[in-house]
Amino acid sequence: MDAPVLEMMNVTKTFPGVKALDNVQFRLDHGQIHAIMGENGAGKSTFIKIITGVHAADSGQMLLNGQVVHFKNPNDAQKASIAAIYQHSTSYPHLSVAENIFIGHEQVSKFTGMIDWKAMYRRAEKLLAELDSHLNPRRPVGSLTVAERQIVEVAKAISTDSQIVIMDEPTASLSSRECEKLYQISEKLRDKGTSIIFISHRFEDMYRLADKVTVFRDGKYIGTWEVAAISEPDLIKAMVGREIERVYPQKSNQIGQELLRVEGLSKLGFFKKVNFSLRKGEILGFSGLVGSGRTDLMQCLAGVARADQGQVFLEGRKVSPKSCRQALKEGIGLLPEDRQGQGLILEWEIYKNVTLSELKKYQNKTVLNEKKERATAKKLGQRVSLKAPTVMDKVSSLSGGNQQKVVFCKLLNSELKVLILDEPTKGVDVGAKSQIYEIINDLAAQGYGVIFVSSDMPELLGVSDRIMAMHEGVITGEFLASEVTQEKLLLAIMNLG
Amino acid sequence: MNDAPKNPGPKNPGLKNPGPKNPGPMKPGPTNQAPNNQAPTSPAPNGGSQAPLAQRQILDAVAFDPKRFFLRWEWLLVVLLLAVNLINSNLSPNYLVWSNIMDAIRIYADKMILIFPMMMIILIGDIDISVASTMALSGVLMGVSHAAGLPMPLAMVLALLVGAICGTINGLILAKYQELAAMIVTLSTMIIYRGVASVILEDRAAGAFPDWFSHIGWGSLFGLPVILVFFFLETAVFIWVIHYTAYGRSLYALGNNAEAARYSGIDSKRVKVSLFAIMGVFASIAAIFLASKMGSVRPSMAKGYELDVIAMVVLGGVSTSGGQGRVIGVFIAAFIIGFLRYGLGLINVPSPTILVLIGCLLIVAASIPNLKNLLARRAKAVPQPSPSTKVTTSQADG
Repeated sequence: MDAPVLEMMNVTKTFPGVKALDNVQFRLDHGQIHAIMGENGAGKSTFIKIITGVHAADSGQMLLNGQVVHFKNPNDAQKASIAAIYQHSTSYPHLSVAENIFIGHEQVSKFTGMIDWKAMYRRAEKLLAELDSHLNPRRPVGSLTVAERQIVEVAKAISTDSQIVIMDEPTASLSSRECEKLYQISEKLRDKGTSIIFISHRFEDMYRLADKVTVFRDGKYIGTWEVAAISEPDLIKAMVGREIERVYPQKSNQIGQELLRVEGLSKLGFFKKVNFSLRKGEILGFSGLVGSGRTDLMQCLAGVARADQGQVFLEGRKVSPKSCRQALKEGIGLLPEDRQGQGLILEWEIYKNVTLSELKKYQNKTVLNEKKERATAKKLGQRVSLKAPTVMDKVSSLSGGNQQKVVFCKLLNSELKVLILDEPTKGVDVGAKSQIYEIINDLAAQGYGVIFVSSDMPELLGVSDRIMAMHEGVITGEFLASEVTQEKLLLAIMNLG
Repeated sequence: MNDAPKNPGPKNPGLKNPGPKNPGPMKPGPTNQAPNNQAPTSPAPNGGSQAPLAQRQILDAVAFDPKRFFLRWEWLLVVLLLAVNLINSNLSPNYLVWSNIMDAIRIYADKMILIFPMMMIILIGDIDISVASTMALSGVLMGVSHAAGLPMPLAMVLALLVGAICGTINGLILAKYQELAAMIVTLSTMIIYRGVASVILEDRAAGAFPDWFSHIGWGSLFGLPVILVFFFLETAVFIWVIHYTAYGRSLYALGNNAEAARYSGIDSKRVKVSLFAIMGVFASIAAIFLASKMGSVRPSMAKGYELDVIAMVVLGGVSTSGGQGRVIGVFIAAFIIGFLRYGLGLINVPSPTILVLIGCLLIVAASIPNLKNLLARRAKAVPQPSPSTKVTTSQADG
């Protein structure tokens, strides 16, 4: 057996504040389907982005057919015959199927230098036929179903005779019949000698398709196994792993009476018939994979989006916020998942960010009292031990953890009853994480009802009182944090339990 | 944002230094905590010992920083304004004659009335190019209704009402259909509003205003043209609205990050409708001044005004992508373009040539912030921040 198609050696990648990949190994052979598994945030996506040239590794080597390569950008990877199919398809909805397949390498007539449409449609048809698909190459991609688009993406990948095809969660939005078709296509590609890297949360995908499986956890390489030789429980254990040393605060919150009750809340395509209740001083965890509808549910509670059906009661009174403004007035505040895009104005000073949602409070008749704003920001900043020289510093100059603390200050500035925290520790380094846990615990102790959404299971177990598991928009389990294990929770969010 | 922290004034002497009692927690390791492009309070020795978290001090006031203050965009505009005046007064002996200047302002100032409402719209990242058409429509309806027997004061109220309605229509369309670009919507209404004016009056003029009406445009107050006095008052009002009220702050929030503003409970739709309505009202005020000066109204009045107005706002340092700029800058820019037109007109430069010059000025002005950003990025690329690179970074902020 000659050199592997792709070999990654000791690859490390650090983003500001987080080590996304730590000394990772990987080996892909000719005509192999290799699955990569791991929890959210395990480093799978970063790993793929390094292979496809989107990110450059800080250290480590990448060998392609035994030769060391350095990709500076995605074009380099494309030239090396590596094609990727992403979770969210990157197609151009207004262009035709053929145009999408050949984007960037259109079929050009040698004589006129113009695009040879006839040849392009003919080749597109041929490629699609190879995939047992009879799509009309002239149709705009926007009119196709998700599964059909996925096939177009595959056609795009094989149109360049790729030696490596990377599929990032290709089955996430497919029905089981459509999945089966994708499996068959993948096997066909494999039999022709193409190597496939397959990323999936679904065990059935992996068992059906892959020859080998590699597991990542917290940016670290855990191991590679023959698929036939590893059982599901063992694999789950590898994915969840031992708890890394992290400090969780001593619980000091007192759980009181019911604060928030959600009854039969539904939003078509996002979540269905969600019921739960939250008590005063309670930390209620929400667990689920990407696409489980957690974030959409939280956005409906906070007035960002609106649910189709169902009711929400706050302290026994029905509420249906139509905007964030109304939700804040009712006493429901959201710490959004995208801190930089939704939570903060990065180019603004700390104090202006803190007071933005409650500017009226700082109006002296009509004029804003900046002194009062700054004093409040200082007071709140010290309460969450914000690390900043002055409250006039720009938020963009702070680290991820401190930026998140500014968002906490913003919530504390409003008079709230329910705090919804969507991934508050995302992109925050370990030290700041413990501080954020402490803040959450403090807030609960002060009587806030806290909803804590996280993809990180150890922290979910360490911080929450009670945990809801969500899978594809449906609540699949409710556990007391003191009684549940990570394995049990993982089974629930994968709906295997 | 250009907002440098205000000078706390000499009354707060204690704020400049954190207080000698606990110098420890004040030095958060100047180099590794944050790229401190503004830590004017820490002439700290490099004893970057990590302070315990619980005791961390945050300052809520900062000493006046002359470097930041003088690196503001507005100072460049002041220099430009002086340069324009210096060159002009050398070119023409009649330039610095008070009555000539006042006459020039009288002619030019109806455009200046529009700059602050336009500035607010550009602050949230939108634009309104239908202003001149709104002026024409409200002016024409005022003239026609007066000719039909409506008393002049009521006709003026009608003009204001028409302006408000025109603006509100723009705002409502943009609030309802968020995916539409303001440029396209106001381009359409620009055609429609002037079109309606033409339908009403074809290419005739309406006039025969009472005598007192001409005093609005030609009269003087405290030795200054009425229109200039109005502009000064307007400036004061807009400084207050834009820089000192919650409403003004929310404009900057929307322009910087509309999504974050929404999550913070700011209602962008309401803000949009109000902004465009204000724009419409001021367009009709400008139409009243213009009609008073001309003595009549016609559908072709105020053609091309929108370009001058947008040019002044952009030259004043308001970013067309929103969220940046100050009233004072726009105020100065209005006079730069005004004096440039006046001076070049005095030495008989044809007005198309003046337009070319203004266009060039605008491109230069618009590219200067990019140059500054480029410099700042270069400075960041240097591995070890030295004092000299710090200066460049704060330049970019200023």
